[in-house]
Amino acid sequence: MNQYMQEVGALTMRWVKRLSREKFSMLFTLFQPMVFWLIFFGNLFQRAADTRVVQAPSYIAFLAAGVVVMTILNNGLAGGTDLLFDKENGFLERLMSTPISRTSVVISRFLFVMTITSLQVLVILGVAYLFGVHPVTGIGGVAVIILIGLLFGVGLTAISMALAFSVKSHGDFFSMLGFLSLPMIFLSTALVPLSAMPTWMAVLAQLNPMTWAIDAVRPLILSGWAAALPKIGIVVGVMTVFDSVCLWGAARAFRRTLG
Amino acid sequence: MGLTLSGSLAPVAPGAIEAARLSKTYEGGLTAIEDISFQVSTGEIFGLLGPNGAGKTTTLRILITVLRPSGGQARVLGMDVVAQATEVRQAIGYVPQERAIDRFLTGREHLELLASLYHLPKDQAATRITEVLRLVNLEHKADEVARNYSGGMKRKLDIACGLIPDPKALFMDEPTLGLDVESRLKIWDHIRQLKARGITILLTTNYLDEADQLCDRIAIIDGGRVKAIGSPADLKSGLGGDVVTLTLSPGDLGRVEVLAQALKKQEAIRAVSTKQNVLDIRVASPEATLPAILSAVTAHGCRLEFVDYHRPRLDDVFLAHTGHRIKEEFPKGEA
Repeated sequence: MNQYMQEVGALTMRWVKRLSREKFSMLFTLFQPMVFWLIFFGNLFQRAADTRVVQAPSYIAFLAAGVVVMTILNNGLAGGTDLLFDKENGFLERLMSTPISRTSVVISRFLFVMTITSLQVLVILGVAYLFGVHPVTGIGGVAVIILIGLLFGVGLTAISMALAFSVKSHGDFFSMLGFLSLPMIFLSTALVPLSAMPTWMAVLAQLNPMTWAIDAVRPLILSGWAAALPKIGIVVGVMTVFDSVCLWGAARAFRRTLG
Repeated sequence: MGLTLSGSLAPVAPGAIEAARLSKTYEGGLTAIEDISFQVSTGEIFGLLGPNGAGKTTTLRILITVLRPSGGQARVLGMDVVAQATEVRQAIGYVPQERAIDRFLTGREHLELLASLYHLPKDQAATRITEVLRLVNLEHKADEVARNYSGGMKRKLDIACGLIPDPKALFMDEPTLGLDVESRLKIWDHIRQLKARGITILLTTNYLDEADQLCDRIAIIDGGRVKAIGSPADLKSGLGGDVVTLTLSPGDLGRVEVLAQALKKQEAIRAVSTKQNVLDIRVASPEATLPAILSAVTAHGCRLEFVDYHRPRLDDVFLAHTGHRIKEEFPKGEA
């Protein structure tokens, strides 16, 4: 157990050190492009979007939950990138030739991605706060939002790692990520509520785990605990299934690549 | 008459590394290696020589336990690479190809990471890191990020990483690939020093000179199989005699085979092989045979473009055992 902590600690610190060496990357990682969605998209559609349709005091208040979950999505999906490079340049093999538990590298990556994601969610909520979006459930609600983010993030990071282990080239990896990311966003309630979507899109959106995450985050920001609790129950169920499937797939891909 | 049952059970002094009929077939059905067997004695530098895609790296990856063999067995320092994978990992060092460096970390941080992965306690790790940095002459650059390292320095860092567990056996994948001549010689020196410290070294290479000058023994691997094993000197003398190479003018292409047949009948000539307008003639002594060869050329009305004779080189050994020349990946400039 002590050895396991030593391994995972050293591997996690490696990711932290890498990030800290890339000053710009660190800045952009924390102050993510997602912030611009909130600022530009939120303000741009302030008058175009009907507050009776989105059922929120303002479009930016409606959008905040969507941007939080989009951040989680993008982070999770990109979570395997560094492992992909490690696989391609042989660093991963160097790690695997040492007497470490076969899960340490993956666990270190989860820890790192989850930490960064939580910090980003805080940044997004902070920026939203400046635009007058004050989560009605307070600090407790923010904590629950982060927990929901972690639940969703685990599965997404697992998908990303599975891809990283399976693809033949990193070109494939990035095109698949791009292919996954946009439909996930548009076929969810990030930008528009279900009731305002064409039926076929609403049907697809309900199959998207992201919709359920947003539907739990949004009342935590806009309505209060009473409205949020049932949604939180649902998202925990949905994410348990989602994470199980993703982790199972990732474990398979991992075993195939690394024996 | 007597059954020597006890003899077969008695532990034979194990070589440092033993591969017995190793094979690997990948999921898609691609067979990377087949029936690979060899033994490496303790304290020896053993080279796997072959072109890219010959199966050297696959063999190496099985030995360092990151790839499971489809068939056969391998033991490193007496331990099975599948059943005792963790113990093997703890006891060996691995030096992958040069790119396996994290350019955002300093040299020291690489070594600290590796020390943690080998579960060294902090004080022991510090001593060990100082020691390996001194061994590869990298002390002055230890706290610079690897991005600023030259190809040779990265290689030294690679070796330092491989030495962190204080290994009894060190596995190196193409240790001088892509290095300039000066750096290659330095790396060779380092490898010889390691041997002097009693470390058994197995390396892969597609450089003939590296196999020839650095390795005590080599296995020639081609098409996933072992074609020959021995010391470079033995392999060369095993070919039997020197090589005379005749290059005829292209217009004589039609006469090459007739000439070859005529030469083969001569007593002092051991073998003749032809490729287009080139004849490789293996002879016991070129001084005695050369006049006879030249007169045969004239007698058949052929015109010579070029004559060359040399003691057998590893190149010839490779050709003789595989039927083709090795395609070396020539050293690039500074990587």
